[in-house]
Amino acid sequence: MKKLIVFLVSSIIILNASFLYGYSSNPEEFVKELVGEAINKLSDKNLTKEEKKIFVEKVALENVDIKALSLYTLGELRKSAEKDKLIKYQSTFEKYFLKSLTSRLADYSSSKFEVTSSEKKSASYTIVNSKVSPSDGSPEIKIDWRIYTKNPDKPLIRDLIVEGLSLARTQKEEFASILSSNNNDIIVLIQKLEEFVNN
Amino acid sequence: MFKKNFIILICLIFLGFNVPKVKAAEECFEGVSRGIFKFNMAFDDIILEPLAKGYNKLPTPIQQGTGNFTSNISTLLSIPNSILQGNFKDAGHATGSFLVNTTLGILGFLNPAERIGLKPVKEDVGQTLGAYGFGPGCYFVLPILGPSTARDTIGLIADTFVDPFAHITIREQELFGLSGNSLDYYSVKGTGAVDFRSNNINNFDSLEKNSIDLYSSFKSIYLQDRENKINNSKNSQDDWGNLDN
Repeated sequence: MKKLIVFLVSSIIILNASFLYGYSSNPEEFVKELVGEAINKLSDKNLTKEEKKIFVEKVALENVDIKALSLYTLGELRKSAEKDKLIKYQSTFEKYFLKSLTSRLADYSSSKFEVTSSEKKSASYTIVNSKVSPSDGSPEIKIDWRIYTKNPDKPLIRDLIVEGLSLARTQKEEFASILSSNNNDIIVLIQKLEEFVNN
Repeated sequence: MFKKNFIILICLIFLGFNVPKVKAAEECFEGVSRGIFKFNMAFDDIILEPLAKGYNKLPTPIQQGTGNFTSNISTLLSIPNSILQGNFKDAGHATGSFLVNTTLGILGFLNPAERIGLKPVKEDVGQTLGAYGFGPGCYFVLPILGPSTARDTIGLIADTFVDPFAHITIREQELFGLSGNSLDYYSVKGTGAVDFRSNNINNFDSLEKNSIDLYSSFKSIYLQDRENKINNSKNSQDDWGNLDN
Protein backbone atom coordinates (compact mmCIF):
# COMPACT_ATOMS: atom_id res chain seq x y z
CA MET A 1 0.00 0.00 0.00
CA LYS A 2 2.79 2.40 1.02
CA LYS A 3 4.62 1.57 -2.23
CA LEU A 4 1.48 2.26 -4.23
CA ILE A 5 1.00 5.66 -2.57
CA VAL A 6 4.65 6.56 -3.19
CA PHE A 7 4.28 5.46 -6.82
CA LEU A 8 1.06 7.43 -7.31
CA VAL A 9 2.47 10.58 -5.69
CA SER A 10 5.67 10.31 -7.76
CA SER A 11 3.68 9.79 -10.95
CA ILE A 12 1.53 12.83 -10.24
CA ILE A 13 4.62 14.98 -9.56
CA ILE A 14 6.39 13.77 -12.70
CA LEU A 15 3.29 14.13 -14.88
CA ASN A 16 2.61 17.57 -13.46
CA ALA A 17 6.21 18.63 -14.04
CA SER A 18 6.29 17.34 -17.60
CA PHE A 19 2.93 18.95 -18.29
CA LEU A 20 4.19 22.27 -17.01
CA TYR A 21 7.76 22.27 -18.24
CA GLY A 22 8.09 19.42 -20.75
CA TYR A 23 8.40 21.15 -24.06
CA SER A 24 8.79 19.77 -27.56
CA SER A 25 12.18 18.44 -28.65
CA ASN A 26 11.89 20.30 -31.95
CA PRO A 27 13.88 23.56 -31.40
CA GLU A 28 11.28 25.82 -33.06
CA GLU A 29 8.38 24.23 -31.19
CA PHE A 30 10.44 24.22 -27.99
CA VAL A 31 10.95 27.99 -28.12
CA LYS A 32 7.35 28.61 -29.18
CA GLU A 33 5.89 26.53 -26.34
CA LEU A 34 8.29 27.82 -23.71
CA VAL A 35 7.79 31.49 -24.54
CA GLY A 36 4.04 31.01 -24.96
CA GLU A 37 3.77 29.59 -21.47
CA ALA A 38 6.08 32.23 -20.02
CA ILE A 39 3.98 35.04 -21.54
CA ASN A 40 0.80 33.49 -20.10
CA LYS A 41 2.27 33.12 -16.64
CA LEU A 42 4.01 36.49 -16.48
CA SER A 43 0.95 38.38 -17.65
CA ASP A 44 -1.37 36.45 -15.28
CA LYS A 45 -2.61 39.02 -12.80
CA ASN A 46 -3.75 36.29 -10.38
CA LEU A 47 -0.16 35.18 -9.76
CA THR A 48 1.92 36.95 -7.14
CA LYS A 49 5.41 38.27 -7.86
CA GLU A 50 6.86 35.42 -5.80
CA GLU A 51 4.92 32.79 -7.77
CA LYS A 52 6.15 34.29 -11.02
CA LYS A 53 9.70 34.26 -9.70
CA ILE A 54 9.43 30.57 -8.77
CA PHE A 55 8.04 29.79 -12.22
CA VAL A 56 10.85 31.66 -14.01
CA GLU A 57 13.52 29.95 -11.90
CA LYS A 58 12.08 26.48 -12.51
CA VAL A 59 11.79 27.02 -16.25
CA ALA A 60 15.33 28.41 -16.40
CA LEU A 61 16.81 25.53 -14.41
CA GLU A 62 15.04 23.03 -16.68
CA ASN A 63 15.60 24.66 -20.05
CA VAL A 64 18.67 26.88 -19.95
CA ASP A 65 22.11 25.31 -20.12
CA ILE A 66 23.31 27.31 -17.11
CA LYS A 67 26.35 25.09 -16.57
CA ALA A 68 27.62 25.61 -20.12
CA LEU A 69 26.81 29.31 -19.90
CA SER A 70 28.89 29.61 -16.74
CA LEU A 71 31.84 27.94 -18.46
CA TYR A 72 31.48 30.03 -21.63
CA THR A 73 31.37 33.30 -19.69
CA LEU A 74 34.57 32.34 -17.88
CA GLY A 75 36.47 32.28 -21.19
CA GLU A 76 39.85 30.59 -21.35
CA LEU A 77 40.11 30.53 -17.57
CA ARG A 78 37.73 27.57 -17.49
CA LYS A 79 40.60 25.41 -18.78
CA SER A 80 43.11 26.41 -16.12
CA ALA A 81 41.01 27.18 -13.02
CA GLU A 82 41.30 24.82 -10.06
CA LYS A 83 38.45 22.34 -9.89
CA ASP A 84 37.09 23.34 -6.47
CA LYS A 85 37.12 27.03 -7.43
CA LEU A 86 35.40 26.19 -10.70
CA ILE A 87 32.65 24.32 -8.86
CA LYS A 88 32.21 27.24 -6.46
CA TYR A 89 32.09 29.63 -9.43
CA GLN A 90 29.45 27.55 -11.21
CA SER A 91 27.25 27.36 -8.15
CA THR A 92 27.52 31.14 -7.58
CA PHE A 93 26.96 31.83 -11.27
CA GLU A 94 23.70 29.86 -11.18
CA LYS A 95 22.40 32.03 -8.32
CA TYR A 96 23.58 35.16 -10.10
CA PHE A 97 21.94 34.08 -13.36
CA LEU A 98 18.60 33.29 -11.74
CA LYS A 99 18.51 36.54 -9.81
CA SER A 100 19.45 38.53 -12.88
CA LEU A 101 16.83 36.73 -14.98
CA THR A 102 13.98 37.20 -12.54
CA SER A 103 14.94 40.86 -12.16
CA ARG A 104 14.85 41.36 -15.92
CA LEU A 105 11.44 39.72 -16.23
CA ALA A 106 9.91 41.42 -13.18
CA ASP A 107 8.58 44.35 -15.18
CA TYR A 108 7.34 42.27 -18.07
CA SER A 109 4.64 43.89 -20.18
CA SER A 110 2.64 41.85 -22.65
CA SER A 111 4.05 41.40 -26.12
CA LYS A 112 3.21 39.41 -29.22
CA PHE A 113 5.77 36.69 -29.84
CA GLU A 114 6.35 34.89 -33.11
CA VAL A 115 8.89 32.30 -34.20
CA THR A 116 9.83 33.22 -37.76
CA SER A 117 12.37 30.58 -38.84
CA SER A 118 15.24 28.42 -37.71
CA GLU A 119 18.60 27.28 -39.02
CA LYS A 120 20.44 24.14 -38.02
CA LYS A 121 24.06 25.25 -37.67
CA SER A 122 25.50 21.87 -36.67
CA ALA A 123 24.54 18.66 -34.88
CA SER A 124 24.85 20.60 -31.62
CA TYR A 125 23.26 23.94 -32.49
CA THR A 126 20.13 25.34 -34.03
CA ILE A 127 19.42 29.05 -34.20
CA VAL A 128 15.72 29.82 -33.82
CA ASN A 129 14.71 33.25 -35.12
CA SER A 130 11.83 35.09 -33.53
CA LYS A 131 10.36 38.54 -33.20
CA VAL A 132 8.61 40.32 -30.38
CA SER A 133 6.08 43.09 -30.99
CA PRO A 134 5.55 45.04 -27.75
CA SER A 135 1.92 45.93 -27.07
CA ASP A 136 2.84 49.58 -26.38
CA GLY A 137 3.64 50.11 -30.07
CA SER A 138 7.43 50.20 -29.61
CA PRO A 139 9.46 48.91 -32.55
CA GLU A 140 9.57 45.16 -33.16
CA ILE A 141 12.53 43.35 -31.58
CA LYS A 142 14.38 40.53 -33.33
CA ILE A 143 15.50 37.76 -30.99
CA ASP A 144 17.57 34.73 -32.01
CA TRP A 145 17.80 31.74 -29.70
CA ARG A 146 20.93 29.60 -29.66
CA ILE A 147 19.59 26.14 -28.91
CA TYR A 148 21.96 23.36 -27.91
CA THR A 149 20.74 20.13 -29.46
CA LYS A 150 23.48 17.66 -28.61
CA ASN A 151 20.78 15.63 -26.87
CA PRO A 152 18.04 15.82 -29.50
CA ASP A 153 15.38 14.85 -26.95
CA LYS A 154 16.22 17.70 -24.60
CA PRO A 155 17.04 21.00 -26.30
CA LEU A 156 18.59 23.65 -24.07
CA ILE A 157 18.90 27.42 -24.45
CA ARG A 158 22.46 28.67 -24.44
CA ASP A 159 22.16 32.24 -25.61
CA LEU A 160 19.74 34.95 -26.62
CA ILE A 161 20.80 37.31 -29.38
CA VAL A 162 18.71 40.47 -29.15
CA GLU A 163 18.98 42.62 -32.29
CA GLY A 164 22.36 41.06 -32.97
CA LEU A 165 23.65 41.56 -29.43
CA SER A 166 24.55 38.32 -27.69
CA LEU A 167 23.68 38.32 -24.01
CA ALA A 168 26.20 35.53 -23.33
CA ARG A 169 28.99 37.37 -25.12
CA THR A 170 28.21 40.60 -23.24
CA GLN A 171 28.36 38.66 -19.98
CA LYS A 172 31.60 36.95 -21.01
CA GLU A 173 33.26 40.28 -21.88
CA GLU A 174 32.05 41.82 -18.63
CA PHE A 175 33.60 38.96 -16.65
CA ALA A 176 36.79 39.12 -18.76
CA SER A 177 37.23 42.76 -17.80
CA ILE A 178 36.85 41.98 -14.09
CA LEU A 179 39.28 39.07 -14.36
CA SER A 180 41.90 40.97 -16.36
CA SER A 181 41.97 43.83 -13.86
CA ASN A 182 42.37 41.33 -10.99
CA ASN A 183 45.18 39.08 -12.26
CA ASN A 184 42.69 36.51 -13.55
CA ASP A 185 41.72 35.69 -9.98
CA ILE A 186 38.47 33.71 -10.14
CA ILE A 187 37.87 34.34 -6.42
CA VAL A 188 37.42 38.07 -7.09
CA LEU A 189 34.82 37.27 -9.74
CA ILE A 190 33.02 34.89 -7.36
CA GLN A 191 32.99 37.63 -4.70
CA LYS A 192 31.51 40.12 -7.17
CA LEU A 193 28.79 37.64 -8.13
CA GLU A 194 28.06 36.93 -4.45
CA GLU A 195 27.77 40.68 -3.79
CA PHE A 196 25.18 40.90 -6.57
CA VAL A 197 23.25 37.88 -5.28
CA ASN A 198 23.21 39.18 -1.70
CA ASN A 199 22.19 42.75 -2.55
CA MET B 1 54.28 72.56 -30.94
CA PHE B 2 50.53 71.95 -30.76
CA LYS B 3 50.45 71.14 -34.47
CA LYS B 4 53.30 68.65 -34.04
CA ASN B 5 51.60 66.93 -31.10
CA PHE B 6 48.34 66.84 -33.00
CA ILE B 7 50.01 65.15 -35.99
CA ILE B 8 51.68 62.59 -33.68
CA LEU B 9 48.33 61.87 -32.03
CA ILE B 10 46.60 61.40 -35.37
CA CYS B 11 49.44 59.10 -36.54
CA LEU B 12 49.17 57.03 -33.36
CA ILE B 13 45.43 56.68 -33.76
CA PHE B 14 45.86 55.71 -37.41
CA LEU B 15 48.57 53.20 -36.53
CA GLY B 16 46.25 51.82 -33.90
CA PHE B 17 43.44 51.15 -36.28
CA ASN B 18 45.50 50.18 -39.31
CA VAL B 19 47.03 47.17 -37.61
CA PRO B 20 44.53 44.44 -38.41
CA LYS B 21 45.50 42.26 -35.45
CA VAL B 22 44.78 44.95 -32.85
CA LYS B 23 41.82 43.58 -30.93
CA ALA B 24 38.85 45.87 -30.43
CA ALA B 25 38.82 44.95 -26.75
CA GLU B 26 42.19 46.66 -26.24
CA GLU B 27 41.86 49.94 -24.46
CA CYS B 28 43.76 53.13 -25.26
CA PHE B 29 43.60 54.56 -21.75
CA GLU B 30 41.16 52.58 -19.64
CA GLY B 31 41.58 54.63 -16.46
CA VAL B 32 40.70 57.87 -18.27
CA SER B 33 37.85 56.16 -20.14
CA ARG B 34 36.37 54.82 -16.91
CA GLY B 35 36.54 58.37 -15.47
CA ILE B 36 34.79 59.81 -18.52
CA PHE B 37 32.25 56.98 -18.34
CA LYS B 38 31.43 57.99 -14.75
CA PHE B 39 31.04 61.60 -15.89
CA ASN B 40 28.76 60.47 -18.74
CA MET B 41 26.62 58.42 -16.33
CA ALA B 42 26.29 61.48 -14.07
CA PHE B 43 25.37 63.57 -17.13
CA ASP B 44 22.78 60.93 -18.02
CA ASP B 45 21.35 60.89 -14.48
CA ILE B 46 21.11 64.67 -14.22
CA ILE B 47 20.23 65.72 -17.76
CA LEU B 48 19.57 63.04 -20.36
CA GLU B 49 17.42 60.59 -18.42
CA PRO B 50 15.07 63.25 -16.95
CA LEU B 51 14.72 64.74 -20.44
CA ALA B 52 14.00 61.29 -21.89
CA LYS B 53 11.41 60.58 -19.19
CA GLY B 54 9.74 63.94 -19.84
CA TYR B 55 9.84 63.25 -23.58
CA ASN B 56 8.11 59.90 -22.95
CA LYS B 57 5.19 61.77 -21.41
CA LEU B 58 4.52 63.61 -24.66
CA PRO B 59 1.66 62.27 -26.81
CA THR B 60 2.78 59.26 -28.88
CA PRO B 61 2.24 61.00 -32.29
CA ILE B 62 4.59 63.80 -31.20
CA GLN B 63 7.24 61.33 -30.07
CA GLN B 64 6.90 59.31 -33.27
CA GLY B 65 6.99 62.44 -35.40
CA THR B 66 10.12 63.71 -33.67
CA GLY B 67 11.81 60.32 -34.02
CA ASN B 68 10.88 60.23 -37.71
CA PHE B 69 12.16 63.77 -38.24
CA THR B 70 15.62 63.17 -36.74
CA SER B 71 15.85 59.78 -38.40
CA ASN B 72 14.98 61.28 -41.79
CA ILE B 73 17.73 63.89 -41.47
CA SER B 74 20.27 61.24 -40.49
CA THR B 75 19.39 59.39 -43.72
CA LEU B 76 21.33 62.13 -45.53
CA LEU B 77 24.56 60.76 -44.04
CA SER B 78 23.65 57.23 -45.14
CA ILE B 79 23.35 58.16 -48.83
CA PRO B 80 27.02 59.07 -49.53
CA ASN B 81 28.25 56.29 -47.24
CA SER B 82 26.17 53.63 -48.98
CA ILE B 83 27.61 54.85 -52.30
CA LEU B 84 31.15 54.80 -50.87
CA GLN B 85 30.57 51.20 -49.78
CA GLY B 86 29.23 50.25 -53.21
CA ASN B 87 25.77 49.49 -51.79
CA PHE B 88 23.81 51.23 -54.52
CA LYS B 89 20.56 49.51 -53.58
CA ASP B 90 20.83 50.86 -50.02
CA ALA B 91 21.76 54.28 -51.43
CA GLY B 92 18.61 54.15 -53.56
CA HIS B 93 16.47 53.19 -50.58
CA ALA B 94 17.98 55.99 -48.47
CA THR B 95 17.53 58.59 -51.22
CA GLY B 96 13.97 57.47 -51.98
CA SER B 97 13.08 57.40 -48.30
CA PHE B 98 14.48 60.90 -47.73
CA LEU B 99 12.66 62.37 -50.75
CA VAL B 100 9.32 60.69 -49.97
CA ASN B 101 9.40 61.49 -46.25
CA THR B 102 10.57 65.09 -46.73
CA THR B 103 7.78 65.83 -49.23
CA LEU B 104 4.80 63.52 -48.61
CA GLY B 105 5.88 62.95 -45.03
CA ILE B 106 5.77 66.67 -44.21
CA LEU B 107 9.49 67.40 -43.61
CA GLY B 108 10.02 63.90 -42.30
CA PHE B 109 7.55 63.96 -39.41
CA LEU B 110 5.65 61.10 -41.07
CA ASN B 111 7.18 57.97 -42.52
CA PRO B 112 5.21 57.04 -45.67
CA ALA B 113 8.43 55.67 -47.22
CA GLU B 114 8.32 52.66 -44.91
CA ARG B 115 4.83 51.80 -46.10
CA ILE B 116 5.99 51.64 -49.70
CA GLY B 117 8.90 49.39 -48.76
CA LEU B 118 11.75 51.92 -48.61
CA LYS B 119 13.92 50.97 -45.66
CA PRO B 120 17.12 53.01 -45.35
CA VAL B 121 20.07 51.35 -43.64
CA LYS B 122 21.95 53.69 -41.30
CA GLU B 123 25.53 54.18 -42.47
CA ASP B 124 28.35 56.48 -41.37
CA VAL B 125 32.02 57.00 -42.20
CA GLY B 126 33.13 54.70 -39.34
CA GLN B 127 31.12 51.89 -40.96
CA THR B 128 32.49 52.78 -44.39
CA LEU B 129 36.06 52.55 -43.05
CA GLY B 130 35.12 49.23 -41.44
CA ALA B 131 33.71 47.99 -44.75
CA TYR B 132 37.05 48.94 -46.39
CA GLY B 133 38.79 46.62 -43.93
CA PHE B 134 40.05 49.07 -41.31
CA GLY B 135 40.01 47.51 -37.87
CA PRO B 136 38.44 49.39 -34.97
CA GLY B 137 41.71 50.22 -33.25
CA CYS B 138 41.62 50.80 -29.55
CA TYR B 139 38.54 51.50 -27.51
CA PHE B 140 37.84 54.59 -25.43
CA VAL B 141 34.97 56.68 -24.15
CA LEU B 142 34.28 60.22 -25.35
CA PRO B 143 32.73 62.85 -23.08
CA ILE B 144 28.94 63.07 -23.66
CA LEU B 145 29.18 61.10 -26.94
CA GLY B 146 29.98 57.82 -25.17
CA PRO B 147 31.78 54.66 -26.35
CA SER B 148 33.99 54.87 -29.43
CA THR B 149 37.07 53.44 -31.11
CA ALA B 150 39.94 55.07 -32.96
CA ARG B 151 38.28 54.29 -36.29
CA ASP B 152 34.85 55.47 -35.23
CA THR B 153 36.21 58.73 -33.79
CA ILE B 154 37.96 59.52 -37.08
CA GLY B 155 34.68 58.58 -38.75
CA LEU B 156 32.73 60.88 -36.46
CA ILE B 157 34.87 63.84 -37.52
CA ALA B 158 34.72 62.81 -41.18
CA ASP B 159 30.92 62.53 -40.93
CA THR B 160 30.69 66.30 -40.66
CA PHE B 161 32.45 66.60 -44.06
CA VAL B 162 30.34 63.94 -45.78
CA ASP B 163 26.93 64.73 -44.29
CA PRO B 164 25.01 67.27 -46.41
CA PHE B 165 23.08 68.37 -43.31
CA ALA B 166 26.36 69.25 -41.56
CA HIS B 167 27.38 71.27 -44.64
CA ILE B 168 24.34 73.50 -44.54
CA THR B 169 24.35 73.87 -40.75
CA ILE B 170 27.84 73.67 -39.21
CA ARG B 171 29.54 75.14 -42.32
CA GLU B 172 26.58 77.40 -43.13
CA GLN B 173 26.77 76.57 -46.83
CA GLU B 174 23.75 76.89 -49.05
CA LEU B 175 22.30 73.77 -50.68
CA PHE B 176 19.19 73.98 -52.87
CA GLY B 177 18.48 77.36 -51.31
CA LEU B 178 18.61 75.93 -47.77
CA SER B 179 21.02 76.92 -45.05
CA GLY B 180 21.21 76.86 -41.28
CA ASN B 181 23.68 77.17 -38.44
CA SER B 182 25.49 75.04 -35.85
CA LEU B 183 22.60 75.36 -33.42
CA ASP B 184 20.32 73.58 -35.91
CA TYR B 185 22.83 70.74 -36.22
CA TYR B 186 23.33 70.23 -32.50
CA SER B 187 19.60 70.63 -31.77
CA VAL B 188 18.74 67.84 -34.21
CA LYS B 189 21.54 65.59 -32.91
CA GLY B 190 20.55 66.33 -29.29
CA THR B 191 16.89 65.59 -29.98
CA GLY B 192 17.93 62.34 -31.69
CA ALA B 193 19.87 61.39 -28.55
CA VAL B 194 16.87 62.13 -26.29
CA ASP B 195 14.62 60.11 -28.61
CA PHE B 196 17.05 57.17 -28.52
CA ARG B 197 17.39 57.37 -24.74
CA SER B 198 13.63 57.51 -24.27
CA ASN B 199 13.18 54.38 -26.40
CA ASN B 200 15.68 52.56 -24.21
CA ILE B 201 14.69 53.63 -20.68
CA ASN B 202 13.91 50.06 -19.60
CA ASN B 203 16.94 48.56 -21.34
CA PHE B 204 19.29 51.04 -19.64
CA ASP B 205 17.67 50.47 -16.25
CA SER B 206 17.88 46.70 -16.62
CA LEU B 207 21.51 46.87 -17.71
CA GLU B 208 22.39 49.16 -14.82
CA LYS B 209 20.61 46.90 -12.34
CA ASN B 210 22.09 43.63 -13.59
CA SER B 211 25.67 44.49 -14.48
CA ILE B 212 28.54 43.86 -12.16
CA ASP B 213 30.79 46.03 -14.37
CA LEU B 214 28.57 48.43 -16.28
CA TYR B 215 31.52 49.99 -18.14
CA SER B 216 32.39 46.61 -19.70
CA SER B 217 28.77 45.84 -20.55
CA PHE B 218 28.47 49.11 -22.49
CA LYS B 219 31.78 48.42 -24.20
CA SER B 220 30.71 44.93 -25.27
CA ILE B 221 27.33 46.12 -26.53
CA TYR B 222 28.89 49.02 -28.43
CA LEU B 223 31.52 46.83 -30.13
CA GLN B 224 29.01 44.10 -31.04
CA ASP B 225 26.64 46.70 -32.45
CA ARG B 226 29.34 48.34 -34.59
CA GLU B 227 30.52 44.95 -35.83
CA ASN B 228 26.96 44.09 -36.88
CA LYS B 229 26.44 47.45 -38.55
CA ILE B 230 29.64 47.13 -40.54
CA ASN B 231 28.65 43.63 -41.67
CA ASN B 232 25.06 44.80 -42.25
CA SER B 233 24.02 41.81 -40.20
CA LYS B 234 22.10 41.04 -37.03
CA ASN B 235 23.85 37.75 -36.37
CA SER B 236 26.23 37.44 -33.49
CA GLN B 237 29.61 35.81 -34.09
CA ASP B 238 29.84 32.17 -33.07
CA ASP B 239 32.59 31.67 -30.50
CA TRP B 240 31.03 28.83 -28.53
CA GLY B 241 33.24 26.25 -30.23
CA ASN B 242 32.86 22.73 -28.91
CA LEU B 243 31.77 23.59 -25.42
CA ASP B 244 30.06 20.37 -24.35
CA ASN B 245 28.77 19.35 -20.97
